[in-house]
Amino acid sequence: MSLLSVQDVTFSYNASKRVLDGVSLTIEPGDSIGLVGESGSGKTTLLRLLLGLTRPSSGSITFNGTPLDPRSARFMRDYRRQVQVVFQDPYSSLDPRQAVLSIVSEPLRALRIPGDHRQMVSDALASVGLERNILGRYPHEFSGGQRQRIAIARAIVAGPSLLLADEAVSALDLSTRIRIVDLLKSLSEQMTLVFVSHDLGVVAALCQKIVILEKGRIVEAGATASILANPQHPYTQRLLSSVPRMPA
Amino acid sequence: MRWGSGFTASGLAAGMRKHHELVWPASSKTVTLPQLTRRLPILAYTLRRLVILIASLLIAAIVLFVLLRLLPGDPANALLGVGATEAQIAAARSQVGSDQPLYTQFVSFIGNLARFDLGTSFVSRASVAGEIGNRMSVTLPLTFLGFLLALALAIPLGIIAAVRSDRWYGGLISVVSQLGIAIPVFWVGILLVTLFAINLRLLPSGGFPLRGWTNFGEAAVAMILPVLTIALVMAASVLRYVRAATLDVLGSDYLRTARALGSSFPQALIRHGLRNGAVPVISILGIELASTFLGAVVIERVFSLPGLGSMLLLAIQQRDYPNVQGVLFVSTLLVLLIGFAADLLQRFIDPRLRDRGAGTP
Repeated sequence: MSLLSVQDVTFSYNASKRVLDGVSLTIEPGDSIGLVGESGSGKTTLLRLLLGLTRPSSGSITFNGTPLDPRSARFMRDYRRQVQVVFQDPYSSLDPRQAVLSIVSEPLRALRIPGDHRQMVSDALASVGLERNILGRYPHEFSGGQRQRIAIARAIVAGPSLLLADEAVSALDLSTRIRIVDLLKSLSEQMTLVFVSHDLGVVAALCQKIVILEKGRIVEAGATASILANPQHPYTQRLLSSVPRMPA
Repeated sequence: MRWGSGFTASGLAAGMRKHHELVWPASSKTVTLPQLTRRLPILAYTLRRLVILIASLLIAAIVLFVLLRLLPGDPANALLGVGATEAQIAAARSQVGSDQPLYTQFVSFIGNLARFDLGTSFVSRASVAGEIGNRMSVTLPLTFLGFLLALALAIPLGIIAAVRSDRWYGGLISVVSQLGIAIPVFWVGILLVTLFAINLRLLPSGGFPLRGWTNFGEAAVAMILPVLTIALVMAASVLRYVRAATLDVLGSDYLRTARALGSSFPQALIRHGLRNGAVPVISILGIELASTFLGAVVIERVFSLPGLGSMLLLAIQQRDYPNVQGVLFVSTLLVLLIGFAADLLQRFIDPRLRDRGAGTP
C-alpha cells in the first residue's frame, strides 16, 4: 500500500481559475520526491492539500489507505504525527518570542506525545548538527542556516514517517543551502521526503523521483536521473535550459 | 526512530562562542557594574531607563517651577484678601518664600521634592502630600479599575474582531469601536447617567461618600458609572490596536507553521498570538493609561468625584500654588512611572528587545 496517494485532485480559490487540475501522484514509503515548477504552478497549493491545511475541490487524498479528513481532529492528530513540514523562510517560520526548547517541542505538545520532551528535543537538535545547550536561546540569536536546522529539528522531533519541505533552502545563501541539502539527504535515508522547489539543481541533488508541475497539471514524472537526462515535455526542457551554468 | 548524526557543528562554532560569552565564568569572583550590564542587557536597559526617568522628572520639576513663577501676581496675595496691608503682604511673602531670590527658591523647591515634601496648602493649611493621598484613593481606583475593565472588554473583542473579520459580528465590533473612539468621554458619561441614573434609577448620578472607602458599599456603587465610562472609551481605542496586532499574528508564518505541525487554531493563537500581539499593544496601553489618569479630571467633574482632577481644578481657582504644584508633580511622576513600567514589560516579553538592552532606550 502506498504511503500517500493523490487521486485526480483539483483545487481552485475561485470558480474562474483552477490552481490544480486533475493531479494524481503516489508516494511510496522511502521515496524522496521533488515537486518542481515555476511560481504559480500549484506546487505550494498541493503541499497545503497534503498537509490538510486546505481541502481539495474534488478528488481524494489518502494516507495509508485512509482518506485525509481535515475536519476530524483525531485523524489529523495521528496524521500530523506521521507527516511533518519544513517551510521556506527560517526567519519567519520560528516564533521570535519563544525559546528553542519551546519551538522544537511544539509538535510534541500539540500532538500530546508522551515522554521526556527536553531529551527528545536535545536528540532532535543533535541529529541536525546543533548543540544541545541552545535550548534557552531565541531565534534572533541564530543565523539563517541554524534557524532552518531548528525548523528541521522541530519537524523530525515527533518521529514522522513523511517529511514535507516547502522551498526549504531557497531563502538560504549558497554554502548554507548545500549543508541543509546534505542534512535533508541524510534524513531522506530514514524517512520519506517530499521536497517542493523551483530549483531543479537542488531537487536533482536530493530526490530520486521528480514530478514536474505546470499551471496546476503534472506534465512529467519519473526517476530524476532519467528525466534530467532525457526530458520529454517542452516545459521540462525549458526548465532545464533555464538552470544557470558556469561559463566554460 | 534514528536520525543521521554525521553533521559536525563546525559551522556553528562562531555562534556558539557568542553564547558562551554570555555564560557566567566560573573563575570570576568580582564583577564590576559595566561587566554585569554587558552580561545582562535587561539590567543595562533598566539602569539607563531609570536615569532617563530621573532626568525627565527633574526637567518636569524645572518646567513646573518656571511656569508657576511666570504666572502674574505674587503667591503671597493668594493667602490674603484684597484689603491686606503692606506689612501683612511682606509677612505672607516671607511665609511662602517668594521674597527669596529665584535660585534660593529653586534649591528649596527641588530639595523639598526630593524629600517628597510638597508643602502645605495656602487655603486649607493641610499637608499637600496628605491631601493628594486622600484624593488618590478616588483617582487611582477610578483609573485602574477603568483600565482593567477596558482590557477585559478590548482583548477578547479585539481578537474576535480580527479572527472573525469576515463575519458580520467581526465587522460590527469594528464599527462600534470606531464610534466609541469618536464620542468624547464626557458625552459617554452623560449618556450613562441619563440611562442608569435618571431613566432606570439603578445607580447614583454622581458624588462619593464623605467617609470614602470606609463606607465601602456606597463608594463602590458610586464608582460604577465613572469606571464604566472610562472603560468603554478606553476599550474602543485599545480594541483597535488588539485587532490590528491579532491580524498581524494571523498572517504570520509561525502561526501557519504551528497549525501545520499539529496545533489547533485556538492552541496556536493562544501560544503564539497572545505574546506576539501583546508587544505592540503594551506601548499603546502605557499611553492610554497615562492619558486616562490625566483625563480623569473630566470624569471626576461629570460625576462630582473628589479625586486628583477636582483637587487640581479647585487649587487653580483658589490660586493655591502648593496644591497645583503638588498635583502636577505627582501626576507627572505617575505618567513617567507608567511609561517606565510599559517599556520594561515590553522588554520582558520580547527577547529581541531584551538583548538590545544596551542600545537606545
